[in-house]
Amino acid sequence: MAREEIGKSEAAPASSLETGYERLGFWARIADNDVTYSFLRSPLVMAAAGITVTFILAAVFAPLVAPFDPFDPTQISLWDGKLPPAWVQGSNPAYFLGTDDQGRDLFSTILYGGRISLLVGFAAVFLSMALGIGLGVAAGYLGGWFDAFVMRLADVQLTIPGILTAILINGIARSVLPIELRDELAIYVVILAIGFSDWPQFARVTRAAALVEAEKEYIQAARVIGLRPFIIIVRHILPNVLRPALVLATIGLALAIIAEATLSFLGQGVPPTTPSLGTLIRIGNDYLFSGLWWITLFPALALVTLVLAVNLLGDWLRDALNPKLR
Amino acid sequence: MLSFIARRVLQAFVVMAVVSLVSFSLFNFVGDPVNNMVGQEASREDRLQIREELGLNDPIVIQFARFLGNAVQGEFGLSYRIRRPVSELIAERIPATLELVFVSALVALGLGIPFGVYTGIKRGTFASSTVLTVSLVGVSLPTFIIGIGLIYLFAVYLGWLPSSGRRGVEEIGWWRTSFLSIDGWRSIILPALTLSLFQVTMILRLVRAEMLEVMRTDYIKFARARGLSEQKINYGVALRNTLVPVITIVGLNVGGLIAFSVITETVFQWPGTGLMFIQAVDFVDIPIMAAYLCFVALIFVLINLVVDILYFVIDPRLRLSGGR
Amino acid sequence: MKTATFLKGAVLAAALPMLIGAASAENVLRWTSQGDALTLDPQSQNEGPTTAMNQNIYESLVKRDWNLVLEPGLAESWTPLDDGNWEFKLRQGVKFHDGADFTAEDVVFTFNRANAASSDFKEYLKTITEVKAVDDYTVHIITDNPNPILPNELTSIFIVDKGWAERNRVVEPQDYAAKQETFAVRNANGTGPFIVEQRLPDELTVLVKNPDWWGLEDQPHNIDKIEYRPIKNAATRVAALLSGEVDFVLDPPLQDLKRIEAADGLGVKTVNQIRTIFFGMDQGIDELRSSNIKGKNPFADKRVRQAMYQALDVEAIRRVVMEGQSFPAGIITSPGVLGFTEELDERLPFDVEGAKQLMADAGYADGFSVQLDCPNNRYNNDENICQAAVAMLAKIGIDVKLEAIPKSEHFPKLQNRVTDFYMLGWGVPTLDSAYVFDFLYDSEGSWNVTGFSNARLDELAETMASETDLDKRAAMIAEAWAIAKDDIAYLPIHHQVIAWGMSDKLDMPIVANDSPHFRWARMN
Repeated sequence: MAREEIGKSEAAPASSLETGYERLGFWARIADNDVTYSFLRSPLVMAAAGITVTFILAAVFAPLVAPFDPFDPTQISLWDGKLPPAWVQGSNPAYFLGTDDQGRDLFSTILYGGRISLLVGFAAVFLSMALGIGLGVAAGYLGGWFDAFVMRLADVQLTIPGILTAILINGIARSVLPIELRDELAIYVVILAIGFSDWPQFARVTRAAALVEAEKEYIQAARVIGLRPFIIIVRHILPNVLRPALVLATIGLALAIIAEATLSFLGQGVPPTTPSLGTLIRIGNDYLFSGLWWITLFPALALVTLVLAVNLLGDWLRDALNPKLR
Repeated sequence: MLSFIARRVLQAFVVMAVVSLVSFSLFNFVGDPVNNMVGQEASREDRLQIREELGLNDPIVIQFARFLGNAVQGEFGLSYRIRRPVSELIAERIPATLELVFVSALVALGLGIPFGVYTGIKRGTFASSTVLTVSLVGVSLPTFIIGIGLIYLFAVYLGWLPSSGRRGVEEIGWWRTSFLSIDGWRSIILPALTLSLFQVTMILRLVRAEMLEVMRTDYIKFARARGLSEQKINYGVALRNTLVPVITIVGLNVGGLIAFSVITETVFQWPGTGLMFIQAVDFVDIPIMAAYLCFVALIFVLINLVVDILYFVIDPRLRLSGGR
Repeated sequence: MKTATFLKGAVLAAALPMLIGAASAENVLRWTSQGDALTLDPQSQNEGPTTAMNQNIYESLVKRDWNLVLEPGLAESWTPLDDGNWEFKLRQGVKFHDGADFTAEDVVFTFNRANAASSDFKEYLKTITEVKAVDDYTVHIITDNPNPILPNELTSIFIVDKGWAERNRVVEPQDYAAKQETFAVRNANGTGPFIVEQRLPDELTVLVKNPDWWGLEDQPHNIDKIEYRPIKNAATRVAALLSGEVDFVLDPPLQDLKRIEAADGLGVKTVNQIRTIFFGMDQGIDELRSSNIKGKNPFADKRVRQAMYQALDVEAIRRVVMEGQSFPAGIITSPGVLGFTEELDERLPFDVEGAKQLMADAGYADGFSVQLDCPNNRYNNDENICQAAVAMLAKIGIDVKLEAIPKSEHFPKLQNRVTDFYMLGWGVPTLDSAYVFDFLYDSEGSWNVTGFSNARLDELAETMASETDLDKRAAMIAEAWAIAKDDIAYLPIHHQVIAWGMSDKLDMPIVANDSPHFRWARMN
């Protein structure tokens, strides 16, 4: 299994060659790194990274970049509704990508919507990572029935695609909430639903690493002299799971973004007054045949581009970090 | 062998028990079940009587036992909204979902496995990297966008196929099938294609990864050394050895199809269980949600079980080591 | 292998649609709309689409033709008696779908049923004290005072078979607000031109031709079967029409009308509908359920209601949301209804600054928050209108939270009176303003969920019902409207224009009450 190799390469640098490598400075190490090398060699991956970073920056600085605040109803004028993009006849140059049916500037709405997508994506991935790593360490360290329970749960959940788990959790959570709070808490519900649907992968990787560590001699020694090995394990495991977790997190981010868009498209996500990309596509879908193609097309393009870029990064990371495929 | 299967069956039961507990809690703790049945005007006496009739005054353990007993028989009570037995509603809609999943699975396997094998063998050629890049785009396209795109192209722009709904349905006993009429086939094509596209890319990539793994093993190297033809190595030795993972893939695939059928059915207004579930969520129709939860869990547990057992039957190594 | 067969099937399927079309000899009319009938029980829900479905199955004593002029239905004639009551001569030889004879006792039974507590049609019958069967085919309707418009009020009362209702324990209508389920909800036994073959609510309803219908000779339709499937999604609905999957869409999205017109073999018919869309506000309750203002009710202050009225830019709604398919309304009743005048329909001017001033005068300069309940599958672009209103009201400081839900959840909220602020549309089947007062303005009106109460208006509503002098009656209606309009009990938005999208294969007249009458349809 891969975990052994990962364990070797990270934890025990022994040969003189690697010791020499150690002496190089941080940036030089990065520049000389295999991963960096393969990154610089692939224009596609570089483009993907560029797109991802652009999206993140645009989302973070949306209030500065966007010409309008689409979530503020006082800024919306219905008279500006359904305007086409700037290069089409009948447009208003103030709205570069046109407006939606309510008069919201599409460009601003995509920025703000992308913000929701990324916020949900990152928060959900962070949640599943924390949950997965926590449960994984605990399972590997404690063993016994707890281990069996967690891993069986993970097995079952792994066979159920994350999106279905997310739809189910989201649906149940929405029905538990009183109607008044549903819209307000929608975004947190979505984060929880997606976060809870993607932890098993992280748990598996972490548990495997924990098992390897637990067998190591120094742990046995620590036990003998009466030290509590838990902290040591955690300290040794975390670096080991860093690489696979990074790959999983990148792919998970893409999945989480799709999951959020899907929930919103199904009308189960964030409310239409604060539209995310999925909500915009749902709105645009109503105008698919009426010639208002821009309401669907631009958010869909933004979504697909973002997800594709993140996926490309994840794909490349997996190959670059997997020593077997080099 | 028997102990292995017994253990797996036991685990399956544990999972189902946990899921039933969740759906039981849904019933009891989301909203007031009495309110959901009688409406606002009912008098206090009416309410108390209904509480008694429903057994809501019994200890929680007994209530749960009763819920389990009913659930095993497929009884989840009446839908709050449509006021019909949930079991009946699910039975009505299962054929639509299963037929959709079946056709999609055929498409997904029929396209995914050959392409996966090809890209696995011809690693690095232009054709295979093109297939891979396209497949990545496939993974990045959310199902609903594929659906909208296909509707636009085939139903609106070209006008070849119906855009939504399930037509040409014939009845065989209680099973309402769309396989027996041309109208039925026409209406299943777009949703099935939408549903399968994501799976095609997943299967393709998984099969490719397996092929790469197998091609690097020693026995392939030996086979080469013995001078077997490439043809024989690729399709005889290598493909046969990917059989085990492919079974998992088929399992995963069916699971994935059922999951994504919720979305596909919504986009195409396909009257299956997924559409029913989404509508139930809109209306907070707890009995349907609870039943769907159990139904989906049951399907997944069964798929898991079957895959495990098949593994065991196919891979002799597992048998030797006693199943672990 | 299987894939190959599948593909072959697909190719075959794509190539053969023409052949299939030609092969079926019977005329099947397939249609759709955004929301299904709420129930088949003809006395449970007084709602447009529900009535539209049921009137193809059930019949009333008096009907309307496609110009909304009264015509004989199950009654062949009606005459006022000397004492101010009415005599109805029933049509003979009419049978219910199950074969039972239609007689006077069914009429008596139906009127009792429509007066039951769970009926949504009580207001239609409020002047009636007794319905007497004189003989099998003669009915006398006794009113408390002479009621000149009684026949108009009977067009929505569908006659139910007494024996059938008793056998199936549906003597009383379904209590919809309490979400009751009875036999009559999914089964029907009328005398009408079509028989229910299959009823799967929200999925599929199949009606077949009633070969024994009495009206076939005069109104020979050639429809053998009607298949109805609701499609909530607007794009899917229009796609279904464009791809020929349905022959008729009751409510094509307004933004797609041009496209439907342009498509080969499809057309659009439009007519000004007798239906006004408006917002209602609970002004009678002490404290709103969903507001941040506690201890008092902002809606109780007329200045607040007027501010909201003047903050609504209905012209923008007409142009952008409705694509021009509406006209701004000043009162909740449309041209064509007795009592409507152009002057009444004048709106207060759209004036944001004035509205802000009114809010400040009322002590709400900082605004307040409230929830707006809105259906999302009932009226043309209903949810979009509500969204637009959210933005418009935000400009005078009112923070509106929108809750857009399907109509089958929305209407019970109104009937159970658990909403502060809601959207509703009102049509006038009797074509007389009294109907609007009875339901929406009378303190006891079953759809008056605003708590609005005005003694003079109540009195007028009561007395106009029995005023036989038509000039005096008109004056009473005018006075009632003046009160209603002045008090701003509701915020009128617009009168709907309806558009039907249909295939050229189908010939069916459009009716201003938005009800498709398939008995007038022909397919070729």
